[in-house]
Amino acid sequence: MAEITMREAISQALWEEMERDERVFVMGEEVGLWGGTYAVTRGFYDHFGAERVRDTPIAEGVIVGAANGAAMAGLRPVAELMTINFAFLAMDQIVNGSAKLRAMFGGQFTIPIVIRTVGGGGRQLGATHSQTPDAVFAHFPGLTVIAPGTPYDAKGLLKAAIRSEDPVMFIENATMYQTKGEVPEGDYVEPIGVSKVQRKGSDVTIVTYSKGLQLSLQAADQLAADGVEVQIIDLRCLRPLDLGPAIESLKRTNRAVIVEEGWRSYGVGAEVASRLYEQAFDYLDAPVKRVAQVEVPLPYNRELEQMALPQVGDIVRAVQEVL
Amino acid sequence: MFTLAWGIAMAEADVALKALDEKEMLRLYHEMILIRRLEEEAAHLYQQGKIGGFLHLYIGQEAVASGLLSVRRPEDRVFTAYRDHGVAIASGIEAKFVMAELMGKATGASKGKGGSMHLADVDLNFWGGYAIVGSHMPLAAGMAMADKYRGDPGVTICMFGDGATNIGYFHESLNLSMVWDLPVLWVCENNQYGMGTSVERASAVEEMRQKAEGYEMPNSRVNGMNVLEVRRAAEETLSYIRENGTPYFLEVVTYRFQGHSMGDPERYRESDEVDQWREDDPIGMFRTHLVDTGVFSAEELSKEEELVDREIEQAVEFAESSPNPPPEALFEDIHAEE
Repeated sequence: MAEITMREAISQALWEEMERDERVFVMGEEVGLWGGTYAVTRGFYDHFGAERVRDTPIAEGVIVGAANGAAMAGLRPVAELMTINFAFLAMDQIVNGSAKLRAMFGGQFTIPIVIRTVGGGGRQLGATHSQTPDAVFAHFPGLTVIAPGTPYDAKGLLKAAIRSEDPVMFIENATMYQTKGEVPEGDYVEPIGVSKVQRKGSDVTIVTYSKGLQLSLQAADQLAADGVEVQIIDLRCLRPLDLGPAIESLKRTNRAVIVEEGWRSYGVGAEVASRLYEQAFDYLDAPVKRVAQVEVPLPYNRELEQMALPQVGDIVRAVQEVL
Repeated sequence: MFTLAWGIAMAEADVALKALDEKEMLRLYHEMILIRRLEEEAAHLYQQGKIGGFLHLYIGQEAVASGLLSVRRPEDRVFTAYRDHGVAIASGIEAKFVMAELMGKATGASKGKGGSMHLADVDLNFWGGYAIVGSHMPLAAGMAMADKYRGDPGVTICMFGDGATNIGYFHESLNLSMVWDLPVLWVCENNQYGMGTSVERASAVEEMRQKAEGYEMPNSRVNGMNVLEVRRAAEETLSYIRENGTPYFLEVVTYRFQGHSMGDPERYRESDEVDQWREDDPIGMFRTHLVDTGVFSAEELSKEEELVDREIEQAVEFAESSPNPPPEALFEDIHAEE
């Protein structure tokens, strides 16, 4: 298998799906002539043309709204929101539109939209450009929320998202586009709503996703040097949330740490921990620990920003504390 | 120029309206009466507690939906806001399915999941009523884009109120429809009020069509109390869009005779104002027109009204005898895939 970057994996998925199905098109700010601000759609405009690689005005409400409408009419739009911070401008179309219209009209139509967007801090962009509000979107029934942690899953899950009849929010992390991993050439699809064991170990269970997975894998290497073996469960999808493999793992390790990049309060960790207590309380030998972002608007200054973001060392410490 | 009762100046329409055949005249009359009687009945049922939620009545505005949609083709898509009963009927939904939805029944247009504000029948290309002001305008743009993308011939007709012209969606959608050359007929039903706030208190410009000027979108304004004038404007504007493939903005000047919704104390307007507008009642004016021009006698029209009364009785009977959605419906129709 070839080792490629996250960027290449996502780009491949989009390209292959557009080749496979004429109903698939991309629209968003700078997706066309510019080639995507993260270069994911570089070369698409020349190959697929302006009808299928549609540059839009800077107007997030109508980007998601028009994509919703096109999806209701039977196309398969991939609407790109340049960053997840701008998704708040399209919040009504996402939560009152994509997530609800099928149900509210009694199932008369489907909304096969994919909203591709990018979150994550750590690039010194200031408070409004650095958020990881994935949990916010996972709150709404009707919306599927995917956030891959490896190039392999990014490609397979984006293909699944595009082929799904249901609306999907596909959240990438801006600091992971250069992350490399093995990805097969050609077509494959990963199942939506199924979490995955990304590393095996019997001492502590780490439940995480997206950037948290990359940090946890690094922490696991450090811990292994001290003889501590962690099992890492990658959620991959926040809604629907699959905790089956996490609970299976917990039955052997009896200890859990949850790692996310977003803020702690009302976050992914809060939901996962609560479900672990509800469904696997008897297996726990220690309270569940959460590693998450310090609850401040992220500052510009590099040192301050890094203080607020979860670090590999924080994960190592959390694992040691539950042992 | 002539002036509507409440002082809004309108361009004088040609006296010789395009002659309609008698059958279509009667159908229009029947439909407008049907909308009105349905809503009068709905108001009763609401007061009896048989209809829940909000109920926004279209009474006074019937000529807009009926005139506009009388010339649409099956491939033309229709969107509207939450004051949607009349648009639903004019789109072809049977009164009984509207009534059943108002009562939250499983047989309702949206299976009892939507209620008064969220009627739809996509098989009739009526894509629904939307209750977040302006939120359906991007959807309409996207649907028109999809038709153009596939080379399908339909025009998307998107209706909204004067209140919606002040929200971001309106501007984003009008702009996109021009930038992308989308076949959309934007129809502003200017009934003078966004809830209780009058146009002059909410809008920087007096005529809503002026806002289309900012996007160099062709536009016009028509008397929404006259069903034949609305119909003619719809014919002209739809054929413009079919020929050019680009959007058009039609402002239809109208008035709602009832409050914003049931239980509106109407502190924001004088009853004189309502009374004056009632002189331009679209149904009364059309009735007078039909009788005066000798198209139908008063007796013939009264017979039509009796037919409508029976239709409403049957609709209520159907709705009352329909089952509620079963408990398992709670989890149905949310996702297309399990």
